[in-house]
Amino acid sequence: MTFRNETLLWMLQRASAAVLVLCVVVHLATMIYAIRGGLSAAEILGRTRGSYGWLAFYSVFVLACAVHVPIGMRAVLTEWLAWRGSSRDIALAVFAALLAALGMRAVMGVFL
Amino acid sequence: MVWRGTADGSFQTFEVPRYASQTVLDVVTHIQRALDPTLAYRYACRVGMCGTCAMTVNGVARWTCRTHIDKVAKDGALEIAPLRNLPVIRDLVTDMGEFFDKWAKARGRFEGTATRKDDFANVTPQSAARVQVDAAIECIGCGVCYASCDVVTWNRDYLGPAALNRAWTLLNDARDTANAERLRAVAGDAGCHACHTHVSCTERCPKHIAPTAGIAGLKRAVVKAALRGEL
Repeated sequence: MTFRNETLLWMLQRASAAVLVLCVVVHLATMIYAIRGGLSAAEILGRTRGSYGWLAFYSVFVLACAVHVPIGMRAVLTEWLAWRGSSRDIALAVFAALLAALGMRAVMGVFL
Repeated sequence: MVWRGTADGSFQTFEVPRYASQTVLDVVTHIQRALDPTLAYRYACRVGMCGTCAMTVNGVARWTCRTHIDKVAKDGALEIAPLRNLPVIRDLVTDMGEFFDKWAKARGRFEGTATRKDDFANVTPQSAARVQVDAAIECIGCGVCYASCDVVTWNRDYLGPAALNRAWTLLNDARDTANAERLRAVAGDAGCHACHTHVSCTERCPKHIAPTAGIAGLKRAVVKAALRGEL
């Protein structure tokens, strides 16, 4: 991988981290509110189903994870398992796609 | 205890008399001159200028000529080993080749265009760039930061704190003309973006340089160049 792409990956990881900071704070606040308020699963689904706001928020959250996690894993695989080259990057691209697909499946599960 | 042999060597114990203001280098020199002349170690200036005498003392990389025994001995005992992250030639002597090769890879050589016919460059000491250079320029190339860096251990291609610190000083040198190539040389997996900001280099640098800050500066400079399409 060229130094340009390496730099691009680094920038994507930093940018996704900035998005994740906001997402995690909002997500935690929402969880605490839902639990402390004693909302039932049906009540929660009642609020999320058909809500384009929650769909947009959790879609951004999932996609930021799908970008951020594999780039971090790339450094872990390089440094701890000495796994380099295109096989590592292909495996991570599959992992990223899996994260995005499973995450979006969960998001659609509470939207539809 | 002093390391003997190469990578698969072992520690050998010596009894050394204590003196006032005794340094770790004094101890090693005493062993070599009075107890075992076959002990291999490296030093030159003895006053913290040349950067040749760095070793691992009780698990920590230090410049031995300026490290007093009082400061580091545990119950009067020292464990002296060669620097980490570098091949051991013999006893306390490491092969610094890869360390300095990485300075070259980071384009650590000044490249200017002025000739003797040109006037001196005017660099204001208070200018922001020169202040950055002043903070980082006193590196003596001892390898303490390189030996202290876990990223070097995990990623053998990583250029390391000293080489990147050198690149940072040249990036801020108004006279240097190779900065586009230099940014390419320090970008990516083996360069500044591999740094995890553990800050061991900054913690251990005997000259109190902060390579971590320089590496952060390189990251910013590389990103700026990438956004401008100049990388």
